[in-house]
Amino acid sequence: MLLKDEVELLRRVPLFAGVAPAKLKLLAFTSDRVNYAAGEEIFHQGDSGDAAYVILNGTADILVDTPSGEIKVAEAEYSSIVGEIAILCEVSRTATVRAASPLDVLRIKKDQFLKLLIDFPEITIEVMRVLADRLSHTTQELTLARSQLKASE
Amino acid sequence: MESRLTRYIWKHTKRQQLYILLVVALSMVPYFLSFDLPKQIVNGPIQGKGFEDPGATQLFMPISLDLPYFGTVQLFEGIPLDRMHMLFALSMVFLVLVVVNGLFKLYINTYKGRLGERLLRRIRFELVDRILRFPPQQFKRIKGAEVASMVKDEIEPLGGFTGDAFVQPALLGGQALTALFFILMQNFWLGLIAALMVAIQALVIPRMRRKLLVLGRERQLTARELAGRVSEIVDGIGTIHAYDTSNYERADIAHRLGRIFKIRYDLYQWKFMVKFINNFLAQLTPFLFYCIGGYLALKGKLDIGQLVAVISAYKDLPGPLKDLIDWDQIRQDVQVKYVQVVEQFTVDGVMDPKIQAPATEPPPRLTHPLSAINLSLVDDSGAKLLERVSVQINPGETVAVVGRTAAGGDALADAFGRIIWPESGRVAVGSDDLLELPESVSGRRISYVSSEAYFFYGSLRDNLTYGLKHMALRPATYDDVRMKERRWEIAEARLAGNPDYDINGDWIDYSSANVKEPDQFFDAILEVLDAVQLSSDILDLALRSSMDPARRPDLAERMIELRQALGGVLAAEGAGGLVVPFEPGRYNTEATVGENLLFGTATGPELSGTAIADNAYFRSVMTSTGLSNTLFEMGREIAANAVELFSDLPPDHPFFQQLTFMTADDLPNYQVMLQKLKGRGFAEATREERLSIIRLSFLYIEPRHRFGLLTQERMAEIVEARRQFHEGLPEELRGALETYDPARYSGSATLLDNILFGRISHRHPDGANRIRSIVAGMLKSRGLYDDVLEIGLEFDVGPGGRRLTSTQRQKLNLARALIRHSDYYILNRPLPGLDHRLQDEIVRSVLKLMEKDGRKPAVLWVLSNANLAPLFDRVMVFERGMLVGDGAHHELRENNDTFRQLVS
Repeated sequence: MLLKDEVELLRRVPLFAGVAPAKLKLLAFTSDRVNYAAGEEIFHQGDSGDAAYVILNGTADILVDTPSGEIKVAEAEYSSIVGEIAILCEVSRTATVRAASPLDVLRIKKDQFLKLLIDFPEITIEVMRVLADRLSHTTQELTLARSQLKASE
Repeated sequence: MESRLTRYIWKHTKRQQLYILLVVALSMVPYFLSFDLPKQIVNGPIQGKGFEDPGATQLFMPISLDLPYFGTVQLFEGIPLDRMHMLFALSMVFLVLVVVNGLFKLYINTYKGRLGERLLRRIRFELVDRILRFPPQQFKRIKGAEVASMVKDEIEPLGGFTGDAFVQPALLGGQALTALFFILMQNFWLGLIAALMVAIQALVIPRMRRKLLVLGRERQLTARELAGRVSEIVDGIGTIHAYDTSNYERADIAHRLGRIFKIRYDLYQWKFMVKFINNFLAQLTPFLFYCIGGYLALKGKLDIGQLVAVISAYKDLPGPLKDLIDWDQIRQDVQVKYVQVVEQFTVDGVMDPKIQAPATEPPPRLTHPLSAINLSLVDDSGAKLLERVSVQINPGETVAVVGRTAAGGDALADAFGRIIWPESGRVAVGSDDLLELPESVSGRRISYVSSEAYFFYGSLRDNLTYGLKHMALRPATYDDVRMKERRWEIAEARLAGNPDYDINGDWIDYSSANVKEPDQFFDAILEVLDAVQLSSDILDLALRSSMDPARRPDLAERMIELRQALGGVLAAEGAGGLVVPFEPGRYNTEATVGENLLFGTATGPELSGTAIADNAYFRSVMTSTGLSNTLFEMGREIAANAVELFSDLPPDHPFFQQLTFMTADDLPNYQVMLQKLKGRGFAEATREERLSIIRLSFLYIEPRHRFGLLTQERMAEIVEARRQFHEGLPEELRGALETYDPARYSGSATLLDNILFGRISHRHPDGANRIRSIVAGMLKSRGLYDDVLEIGLEFDVGPGGRRLTSTQRQKLNLARALIRHSDYYILNRPLPGLDHRLQDEIVRSVLKLMEKDGRKPAVLWVLSNANLAPLFDRVMVFERGMLVGDGAHHELRENNDTFRQLVS
């Protein structure tokens, strides 16, 4: 997969959808293309995070440690991004991600991503917009859940 | 050492001085004969005196002695010769005398030179010997470079002076006195005038030279300080850069140089002034002769014949006199230099040479306790480091010393290590004072390690075994030629008062490392390296270093086997694509285009770096295959991509690090170039444009840069060009390129590159580390680990060990003490820079190693981390220079507040 295909793919990631293609190309160029074999861990729950991963090919399982063992909570595939929270704020990984099939990912390193945000405010605004969308979405859901909870009481 | 140079020279060379004086006196005989001979030749055969009658003969070389009481004794009657024969005979004698005089001169000069060099060698050695015996506190006050400049430069003129020290004044003084005597013989009063003038010269000139001596001393001191400052700049270069003080250093150096210039200029002014006065005084005497003598002669009060005789006798006086005065100047000069140096080396408390005398027998084991008795220590400023502490460490006991930094424990360890000498009280082994024990006992049976590690220039192995080199135990084996040289070395060393230890012998004391045979020594090294966790560092060093396959053909062969097996092992580990190997006839996608094209390592200047673009053969292949066109098109696309990606980033942006094929400064140039090249192809581009553009494609790696430029066709084209390039490689370039050959070990590549024989894929997370651990595992399983580690031990540590990291230095510092089997180990915070986990592991493994094979040495370990105290039999707690707790760990935990604070 070439740089320009990676750019196409990045545009499908909601977080980057509004960013100009030229900047996405720079982001792609400064990121690493990494392969994982099936079963290999990309990161583990509790690790400190230093990169986000965009899946270019293959699928990955998102797993959470519980007292009763590891539970698969979701699956990530083509064009989805995992670990993006870690590159925006200092939190340790909230889940484990493991390759379910041979996996081809683009590793976006935290400091490079932050550097991009500093140099190109238009990207920052786009990312902020997406995050605000998510927040309002979450708030809505929370309000809905609360009212449902109250109603059921 | 003697305070006067002449006394020093006399003491060490009196026999030679007397001998050379005798030879000089002997050499005077042919010298004076050769003066008389020309007159004889001119008067006799040439002008014909005594040959007035044709056919007349004269006696050639009659030798007779006029002896008192005996009368004349005829030793040789002489041969009657005619005029022509006489001319040839006398000329031949003249020739013989010339040769004899020349030979005498050669012999005398060589002899004097040798005498001087031997004395120089002796004094240099004596100075260094003194440095080795200085008391430790002396080293807090002296600068290494200043001492080095004293030993090397300041002493140097002494050698030249030695040969002339006694011969010159005797010879010149004799000549001057003879000349004076002759003048006195001619006319007493005129002679007296000459003598008076000589006396004035002898009184005035040395007085005037006193200032020269003062200046000379200053010159010496300032030059020495300059040497010290230059070495400070070299040692402190990191600090200078860090604080931007380079201009302060420039100012200081310029100021010093200015001072040195002023001193030297003053020196010249005085020197030539003195010379002028000296010459003037010397010329004053003939003036007096002409003026007063002439006046008296004209008045008829002096016989003209006498005056002429005095004037002609006088011409022999100024020469020797001037030389004598010059000699005196040199004498005073070197005397000053000598005194300056000797003062610096005369220090109170220099160790007795007996303490460092080489031991002929292995020193006995220390079976008595090591103790400090009422020991007080102070630092250089006089502050108390330790106050009246009495402790005893019994053989076989392990003791932890804890306390805050500078609480006193470190000072106690320093005292046991003989780094600080007691202010009062004493340090003893049994009843013997530690400082009076020979170093062959205290420096072997006790091993001291501090956090300040010094390493000597050389390999890791040299430094690791440094603590075992007490004596040349096994002499080196020499062939006949070298043996002769060695014997000469020994004889010379003795003549100059130097020891004749053989530096080429085997100095490593294997028995100190408790090894019977030298070939088991490596196992001992391995054990120690493992204990301090240095082995993996050394393995890395080995993998990154290169090895000459001609030196270790067996190992090179095993490495090739390893290379061939690597693919299988990687596949088994599930890391099949981790390394993309080089295959002849295939394009390696993880390597650059340039590497793929050259497919080898450039070993000569013709094909390395940018020179390859100028190589006629390389260019002809590029053109004939049409590759230059392809690469030009590729390069143009790379440039276009780079400009698109980076043109609106500031030049210092960190993203430029990703741009491996150009720098931020190049970017605008390429932008302009692309504009110019629009609509023009390879054929229309200028030579510079072609070079700059093609250069970009040389560094391109598809999986890394992902511009999508390397199609299958292009790769095939490059491989084809490679084939043609290799096939037609002209004879003169064969030595400049070592092509990748799967079956051959390459001496120009690192060990790791030789094993991998390919490039690590960019697509694997943490690929380099994974491959390293896989390769290490393979080396171990194939029994090659030791051999490779041995290559790592050849790593050159640089001056002061600066090529190692500080962690590696600390580990090596501990390792070189551990390899010695001592009765006491004094470890003074040996691992301060290491993190706690690593410290913990190393302390445990070191204690375990020491007790291996039933050994039970005593250990005094000043811990950086008090939590490791439970590992020891006994714990000492220090606070403010006093011992505030001493006992087993659990006792102290219960009843010692200071200790509880330290471990909490």
